[in-house]
Amino acid sequence: MLEALDLRVCYGARTVLDGVGFSVREGDWLMIAGPNGAGKSTALGALAQSVPYAGRVLISGRDARRMPARERARWMGTLTQNHFVGYAFTVEEVVRLGRYAYAGALGGRARADEQAVEDALLRTGMAGLRGHSVLTLSGGELQRAFLAQVFAQNPRVLLLDEPANHLDLPYQQQVFGLIREWLQTPGRAAVSVVHDLSLALCYGTRALLLREGRVVADAPAREALAPDNLRQAYDMDVHGWMRGLLAQWEQRG
Amino acid sequence: MPARREGFRPLDYLLFSLVTLAVMLLCVCVGSVGLSLSDVARTLWRGLVGLPAQEGLSSAIILAVRLPRVLCVALTGASLALCGGAMQGLLRNPLADGSTLGVSSGASLGAVIAIAFGITFPALPFAGTMLMAILFGFLSMVVILSLASRLDGSLATGTIILVGVIWSMFVSSILSLIITFAGERVRSITFWTMGSLQGSDYGNALVLLGALSLCGGVLLLRSRELNAFAVGEDNALSVGVDVRRVKLLVLVCVSALVGVCVSIGGAIGFVGLVTPHMTRLIVGPNHRRLLPASMFAGAVFLLLADLLARVLLNPVELPIGVVTSFAGSIAFVIIFYRARKGDAHA
Repeated sequence: MLEALDLRVCYGARTVLDGVGFSVREGDWLMIAGPNGAGKSTALGALAQSVPYAGRVLISGRDARRMPARERARWMGTLTQNHFVGYAFTVEEVVRLGRYAYAGALGGRARADEQAVEDALLRTGMAGLRGHSVLTLSGGELQRAFLAQVFAQNPRVLLLDEPANHLDLPYQQQVFGLIREWLQTPGRAAVSVVHDLSLALCYGTRALLLREGRVVADAPAREALAPDNLRQAYDMDVHGWMRGLLAQWEQRG
Repeated sequence: MPARREGFRPLDYLLFSLVTLAVMLLCVCVGSVGLSLSDVARTLWRGLVGLPAQEGLSSAIILAVRLPRVLCVALTGASLALCGGAMQGLLRNPLADGSTLGVSSGASLGAVIAIAFGITFPALPFAGTMLMAILFGFLSMVVILSLASRLDGSLATGTIILVGVIWSMFVSSILSLIITFAGERVRSITFWTMGSLQGSDYGNALVLLGALSLCGGVLLLRSRELNAFAVGEDNALSVGVDVRRVKLLVLVCVSALVGVCVSIGGAIGFVGLVTPHMTRLIVGPNHRRLLPASMFAGAVFLLLADLLARVLLNPVELPIGVVTSFAGSIAFVIIFYRARKGDAHA
């Protein structure tokens, strides 16, 4: 349903993505992993059309660049890691923006929009905070508010840029659990940029491992995140280090 | 906590219109020659139903002097406040407006060049000034945003204001240069830099009404997109806003409207900054309420500022820009102070 072909992105003289290609099928949760500067967020930005790129992004066989913005938003929705809302919008106002792609010319509210907003607020546990200003929310609540927005948008593919970064463990569990639950509906897929390889392995169906803008591995998560691939991507024994960390926990009993 | 209403209801329009009309009536009554409310009401009524105007001084003052001026002031205030509200949403920046971004001074420069070099169209002698004001207003915005995005890709508040201030100073230096060599046209040029709606006529009011209906209408119809921008440009892209098209449309409309206002009333500062901010404190940040409410608030603010400019040192009349800039500067400091304390975006 989503395909990236020969993506190339340069920032000045620096090549950040160099011929990256991958595809996402229904039911996939593709985890994009790799060290800092590997081009993970840039690859996601190219998919989301927020980063200028060479190459092609195909949505169900159609060029994403040529797709009208609203139609594209009905296919893809993005959740970023940081939100700098300028003004004191309420949670409900932020979630309602997710229905922009479905609104008529004058922005009237349809029953389907109301239902989608209600469902999204309930699903993310934000219904009780609907009238609160987003400026008063904690980091975890704010991330859930924007998750509710993208759920209300009801896209076929979710693009997630480190969705649980800066969140404490209960919120990380909540956010990843909500996305996994969302993916249960047929015809949906997700693409996440992650730093935490345990999360990538636990939740991802596939993984794309990048290093210096090139693909190291693109395979089912367990296969892509194998020790040799990780050593090649990170220049260190990732498995050995993580095993050591786990052993510390086990020693504590 | 109950959810806020989405849009501006007909009842809200009625209420805000009544308040604005009441202030307009007050501004027609008060001045160097005091006029009774009954005199004003009678004269306006006769004018509205098409009866011939009564003989006498009061009728002439009302219909030929005060009414066209009050109409122009209200329309200019509404236009500038609407532009400020739209820019603050588009740039996610409560300190953005035509004057802080240097668009007003750019538009003034356009008007001044038209006057100094006698750029006119033979059929439309006034349109040369207006077209140059619009063109230079738009070019100023393009220059400022391009420079700011090169310095800081996130278009941060400080960068835009800094570039806007530098641009305004640059424009001031060119204005000074033109004034130095403008000879007998200096008096006319000084008018554009200080701002005044003295001597406005019904033709001016009609042009302002046309520009506000057209450009203001487009801005009001883009309220939902401005909400998305105010939440974040990446978010706007994600929910399906055609970011480039909407941004260009808003910038063109703001430049055109500010350009028309400047070409008629000169550079009147801070209306676009103060009124949307104050209105946001009352109706919230949703542009579907904020923009129409700001329009009415801008009209009322500028009407009261014009009234003060006329009566404060009577019989000497202050330029309206002096009053708005005085009030605006104080508001600017308060907003900046509150922004530092983290609650400027109420």
